[in-house]
Amino acid sequence: MNFLYAAYAATWTIHIVYLITVVRRYSRLKKEVDELNKKI
Amino acid sequence: MSAPTGITWATLTKDVQLEWRSKDAINSMLFFALLVVVVFSFSFDPEAEESRQIAGGLVWVAFLFAAVVALNQTWARELRNQVLDAYRVSPAPANSLFVAKALGNFIFVSVLETLMTPLFIVFYKLRVLGPAWQLIPVAILGTWAIVVNGTFFAAMSLRTRSREIMLPLLLFPITIPALLSMVEATTTILVGDPSTSAKFWIVLLATYDVVFTTGCLALFGTVLHAE
Amino acid sequence: MKKAFPILGLLTAALLSYALYQALVVAPTEQTMGDVQRIFYYHVPSAWTAFLLFFINFLASIQYLVRRDPKTDTIANWVVIALGVLVCIAPYAFRTLLPAGVYPSSIVTTGIAFVGLYFLIKRLFSEQQTDMLALTTAEVGVVFCTVVLVTGPLWARPVWGIWWTWDVRLTSTLVLWLIYVSYLVLRRFSSSGQTPVLAAALAVFGALDVPLVYFSIWFFRTQHPQPVVGGGGSIDPRMLRVLLINWVAFLCFAFLVCWSRYRLERTKREVEETQALEALLEPRSALR
Repeated sequence: MNFLYAAYAATWTIHIVYLITVVRRYSRLKKEVDELNKKI
Repeated sequence: MSAPTGITWATLTKDVQLEWRSKDAINSMLFFALLVVVVFSFSFDPEAEESRQIAGGLVWVAFLFAAVVALNQTWARELRNQVLDAYRVSPAPANSLFVAKALGNFIFVSVLETLMTPLFIVFYKLRVLGPAWQLIPVAILGTWAIVVNGTFFAAMSLRTRSREIMLPLLLFPITIPALLSMVEATTTILVGDPSTSAKFWIVLLATYDVVFTTGCLALFGTVLHAE
Repeated sequence: MKKAFPILGLLTAALLSYALYQALVVAPTEQTMGDVQRIFYYHVPSAWTAFLLFFINFLASIQYLVRRDPKTDTIANWVVIALGVLVCIAPYAFRTLLPAGVYPSSIVTTGIAFVGLYFLIKRLFSEQQTDMLALTTAEVGVVFCTVVLVTGPLWARPVWGIWWTWDVRLTSTLVLWLIYVSYLVLRRFSSSGQTPVLAAALAVFGALDVPLVYFSIWFFRTQHPQPVVGGGGSIDPRMLRVLLINWVAFLCFAFLVCWSRYRLERTKREVEETQALEALLEPRSALR
């Protein structure tokens, strides 16, 4: 049934989008940390 | 315990006097209340039979919006004159301040409701078919539910960005069970179907009031002294 | 610890794949609803996970508030233990008052979990760390709650022809979602000094609200009956098995997501502290 696959796809889309935002924020932070370390 | 009640009373009378003298907040809130009633009347065609079903919801949503405007006002004045910092430094218990503010807000919002209700009755041709006396506990408990949490969240929103939008944003989700109770109780009383009773809703409202009044009193000191 | 993460990630992915296979292939087809019913195996575990995360947020928020003062901390410890004991005894003392389908053992398990989680959090997390835990569980909880609110209508539509029904559980979940989104907004919009305290207070209020929300909607529904999403009553043991497999898989997944988010938050605060320190130590270079 279409709704079944839509539900499963929606679930994973939501989770993946969230994980991407977390990973992106983390890599941006890592860059800042490296810059701070360079200053020291 | 005369000192805290003394402080509460003093703060309360001070607030009421200030509002009475300046009158700007009251006037703007009154006009806002009138506008809300008129706009709702244009939006929802008030033909007699259906109007009784939806009037409960309309009335309480209108009161809720008017209350938010009033709540935003009362703390803003304290902030303007840095009165809040003075309270934090003084030995006065935080709860006295909270009770005074909440009671003051309760009075203002009740005044608004008293003025808006005849307008609603006129525009919607309302007649109460059920036990009308039950509307009194609903009005008192319902207004207190909005005001007690509203005063608390208004204090919390004071030092946040977008202060005015933060209050309704925090208040509305938490108030949903109270709002549902108020609306259902009012509708039940207005419609007057003998097989239904507003008693459960009134008890739920009372429970809500007790739980959150306790919560606010317990946590207001923490919120006031945060930072 | 860091090396464990990729291994756990692979294990969780494997577990989730196995759970998906169970849900789509192995589980028996439901009689009345057909294959659409399999949404159940994602909808319900997401809901349980969200509720667990919000519960942990509640415990962490309480701890943040009480641990600032050693006296309130001790009082809170005793209150938690007393409540736990009460919850373990009450179902047996008031067995006749229990609603149908609710067993004393499940209430006792909840009580023990409550006490156990409280002290586990206390042991594992320092005061500042409980604040980070609260933020993490709130955010990940909202994500899982969003999944519940999306899969619910997708299930309701083919079965009952309507997207939304003011059914008790779905509506309560919506209100819970609203409360925690407002929590996250408060977190974002308040200045950093007082944020943890205000957020903790809001979390406590939200938690106090939950039973009231449930009862108000439950009674509203008895007055205005609506179709029930999620089906009541007993469940086929084969379906229960698949449900539990999916739940365990999602719990592992949620754990890893929380771990990532927590690590992000910890790094963020370390960076902020370092920047603040740097500004203090070298005022001129900071002004540049």
